[in-house]
Amino acid sequence: MAVLVIADHDNASLKDNTHKTVTAALAISGDVDLLVAGQGVAAVAAEAAKIAGVRKVLVAESADLGKQVAEAVTETVVALSGGYDAVLIPATSAGKNYAPRIAAKLDVAPISEIIEVIDSSTFVRPIYAGNALETIQSSDTKKIITVRATAFKAAGEGGSASVETVSAAGAMAHTRFVSDEIVKSDRPELSAAKIVVSGGRALGSAEEFQRVIEPLADKLGAAVGASRAAVDAGYAPNDYQVGQTGKVVAPQLYVAIGISGAIQHLAGMKDSKVIVAINKDADAPIFQVADFGLVADYKTALPELMDELVKVGL
Amino acid sequence: MKVLVPVKRVVDYNVKVRVKSDQTGVDLANVKMSMNPFCEIAVEEAVRLKEKGVATEVVAVSIGPVQAQETIRTALAMGADRGILIQTDEDLEPLAVAKLLAAVIGQEVPGIVVMGKQAIDGDNNAVGQMLAALLDWPQATFASKIEIAGDRADVTREVDGGLQTLSVDLPAIVTADLRLNEPRYASLPNIMKAKKKPIDVMAPGDYGVDTAPRLKVLKVVEPPKRQGGAKVESAAELVSKLKNEAGVL
Repeated sequence: MAVLVIADHDNASLKDNTHKTVTAALAISGDVDLLVAGQGVAAVAAEAAKIAGVRKVLVAESADLGKQVAEAVTETVVALSGGYDAVLIPATSAGKNYAPRIAAKLDVAPISEIIEVIDSSTFVRPIYAGNALETIQSSDTKKIITVRATAFKAAGEGGSASVETVSAAGAMAHTRFVSDEIVKSDRPELSAAKIVVSGGRALGSAEEFQRVIEPLADKLGAAVGASRAAVDAGYAPNDYQVGQTGKVVAPQLYVAIGISGAIQHLAGMKDSKVIVAINKDADAPIFQVADFGLVADYKTALPELMDELVKVGL
Repeated sequence: MKVLVPVKRVVDYNVKVRVKSDQTGVDLANVKMSMNPFCEIAVEEAVRLKEKGVATEVVAVSIGPVQAQETIRTALAMGADRGILIQTDEDLEPLAVAKLLAAVIGQEVPGIVVMGKQAIDGDNNAVGQMLAALLDWPQATFASKIEIAGDRADVTREVDGGLQTLSVDLPAIVTADLRLNEPRYASLPNIMKAKKKPIDVMAPGDYGVDTAPRLKVLKVVEPPKRQGGAKVESAAELVSKLKNEAGVL
């Protein structure tokens, strides 16, 4: 039984989601290979080879793979799939895009966003925005699975896997990449950050969101998140959205400011180690999951919080 | 150009679902059902394409119990022209749904399929991509903007870190994300008009595809409850507790 993990990377560096997906893969089999599909990914492959437990690293390179075009990734993975009993893919937006396409090409039922491996064919996954957890058993001989990385610990370093090149799909005939608008930021990435500061609709405007949330995030070295209400209202860009339909995060510390705590938001952050909520509405549902709730208007509480953080040397 | 829009009847997004005590699933008895919110966005987009003169006909397809007719009626009231219901009481898996839709597309020959990126019950986020694979069509998922230009569509997609724009040849599958549009409410005259629009009722067996389940649900449970609810009185107390008790600063 062998498992292929598809690495999460941006062609320049390997993402931690990969290490976490390797952990899920190792729960299925000891024979875990890693596919780095991209363009100009030699450095990523070298990093990938150091993940403990990885048998070998396969590298496929093309322009379409560099943009994670679903059709190209699918063709590349399907060509490799004969040697594997399962393919595990981090549930990033790219992974969620191509995983079901791979599954359908192989006539397999995809298994989305697992949070636990029971055995090689049995998995736990959230349904209904995380309000229920289903345990499902697959009868397919090959499994195509996406992995909710926050539910798994990262595999360690110290491996020395071999790296080999495999053939990449040719140029796609019917899909062309046009452009990327990727937000450049010095802050840690939202899904991998140790601390996340999120703002909600109570902030009232994009200017206020920046004025209030960003200085606190900078002070804490945190990533910035937002509720769906804040994103829909245009206070924050779409990739800030934390929730069932946005990003799922599980940082050491999650600070929710002016967020009421709709079910769909809670689904995206309730596995954080420590949750802080600041909201002037004492009945806001966010307080039910918060370890430390402060019932206060953020307009007065945030300046005080900044001062207190300075006092403890931050 | 014909637009095909698959729509799903699901538990209304405002309902807090409860897990059945025998762990066989969630309790759907006497629970409000509605059109899946992402499907509503897809219907809205299809109707807008028709209003812009890009599309000539909008066909809504649903797979589900007899009550899924109501979901199709909602699409018709929003502006779709006709419906197809593949009636079944079985809870079909995404692969089976994709195969049935592929068969419908073989008969209907639409120029584009616009559908929700995921249903809020199973949260699989799979049918659109699988349908594209089965048809060997290009896919543009998680769309926040669709521009049709001749025989191709330029689709802006919501991806981790920002946005990506792809240009796909038609026919193609496009799946809708939250910010593609704001769906309209159907007006009363349009709801009345929708009652007269045709719905063909079919059965899965009519399409001759394999819909056998591949996955077996062993149990469904509630997620572990988080112990929250503690309050602090001031920012000073908060920082002190984060530093000394929780050790996260």
